[in-house]
Amino acid sequence: MRRALSYGYLVFVYLFLYVPIVVLVVYSFNDTKFSTNWQGFTLSWYGKLLTDGPLMEAFANSLIVAVTSSTIATVLGTLAAFAIYRYRFIGRKISFSFIYVSMMSPDIVMGISLLMFFILVGLSIGATTLLLAHITFCLPFVVVTVYARVSGFDSHIIDSAKDLGATELGMFRHVVMPMLMPAIIAGWLLSFTLSLDDVVVSFFTTGPSFEVLPLKIYSMVRLGIKPEINALSAVMFLVSLVTVTMAHLMIAKENK
Amino acid sequence: MRFRNVAVVLTLVWITLFVAVPYLLVVLFSFLTPNPAGTVTYTFTLESYRQIFSPVFLTVCKSSFTLALGTSALTLLVAYPFAFFLARIPENIRRTLILLMIIPFWTSSLIRTYALIILLKANGIINSFLLSAGWIDEPLGILYTQTAVFIGLVYTLLPFMILPLYASIQKLDMRLIEASRDLGARGWHIFFHIVLPLTMPGIIAGSTMVFLPALGLFYIPDLLGGARSMLMGNFIKDQFLTTGNWPLGSAASVLLTILMFLMLGWYFAVSRRANQGDMKELA
Repeated sequence: MRRALSYGYLVFVYLFLYVPIVVLVVYSFNDTKFSTNWQGFTLSWYGKLLTDGPLMEAFANSLIVAVTSSTIATVLGTLAAFAIYRYRFIGRKISFSFIYVSMMSPDIVMGISLLMFFILVGLSIGATTLLLAHITFCLPFVVVTVYARVSGFDSHIIDSAKDLGATELGMFRHVVMPMLMPAIIAGWLLSFTLSLDDVVVSFFTTGPSFEVLPLKIYSMVRLGIKPEINALSAVMFLVSLVTVTMAHLMIAKENK
Repeated sequence: MRFRNVAVVLTLVWITLFVAVPYLLVVLFSFLTPNPAGTVTYTFTLESYRQIFSPVFLTVCKSSFTLALGTSALTLLVAYPFAFFLARIPENIRRTLILLMIIPFWTSSLIRTYALIILLKANGIINSFLLSAGWIDEPLGILYTQTAVFIGLVYTLLPFMILPLYASIQKLDMRLIEASRDLGARGWHIFFHIVLPLTMPGIIAGSTMVFLPALGLFYIPDLLGGARSMLMGNFIKDQFLTTGNWPLGSAASVLLTILMFLMLGWYFAVSRRANQGDMKELA
């Protein structure tokens, strides 16, 4: 009885989390513009997306930014995690603290701080500033994922590579990197989703010259609900679902 | 040692340039004078901090804090038993269930907020269902109210309470509960004196991850609430985009950041204390 109750409770919470999303996906196939009733299956809303020029452009921009920023953040973050793990340098502890602070601090604070910084140094708000901002907020997630993995290493492996005559770069390239690979890939995937979905930081760090999908959706939703947005949201949900599942499998595999 | 230098320098440069300097700018600008043309005038003043105690901002603060506290309390109430039951599920099913919790954790909260609109709107699913069931005579006007904002915050932030709580509850050493039972402790006594103190770090971690975004996620009231419902996030956003008062927006951001440090400090203090009672530490 107790067990049935606790299972029932779990199911209830999962329903609460997933019913709205399932409804959204189902409605994206509903053949009606206004009614809430089911009027038959259609793919026309998805077709409409493909012919919507500005929307497709924002989608392309989002993809470019997500791929570029998560790749750069992964390279930087992996190097940073390894440097913090292996080397003792001035500013090591404080760098690590700043990484945690930037991960925990509300997005809006990061958004406005970067906005002020970009304006002050004279960068015009657009693609470049957006890219820099996205790399910055993805970075801590890569550092934390990779650091968790590298700090679980048997440090003798690194020592023996050095004893056998490997340079630092050679040791990193041929010994550490392969062992870190699942964490590196997971970090990339998480950065990719973060970048693709971000609203708040993008809101402050890009302008009309370079529109991205979440901001486009945001402004469309403010004007009202359209079935095209259902289709678009369903696609974005699917992308997160796939990337997050892959990242999760990567992390689960490395913990085995 | 070329590789070492490259790794260290890149780390330091990026963090200094794009994390440390921008944050320090926020602090610096909060002490400067607003310039109506946007940006700031470089004259030192405490005016922004004085304005933070003005009735306008205090009203925003009060409503935003009430909402964030309510959101934290409700998500905690829902999440605690959830995380507890989840930790008891057989491993093979549990792995899938955890993934099902991680997915909404990472999915865009904009899209999840939008999904709520479809459910809550006047001719949305909930109203259609209630009307056709005959339970209500006219559609409930939930959307564009404070209630909708509250539902939206709870819905978006629930996974952020569940995951840290689960991490902490899962680590709970069941032998401690058995031992206390052997020593004659019962029910609520065990919960309040053993389970709760040991899972406190998870509670605070979850609350931090819910409370801070609940103050800042400006697009949730923008999409779900009427014009009156405002979060601190909306206030900050307006200072930068509408009013052009950077120092005031910065001062409010500094306030948010101080709050974050307080919560993180609380977390570290409590998790250190909870670890002292850990059996592994005693053994």
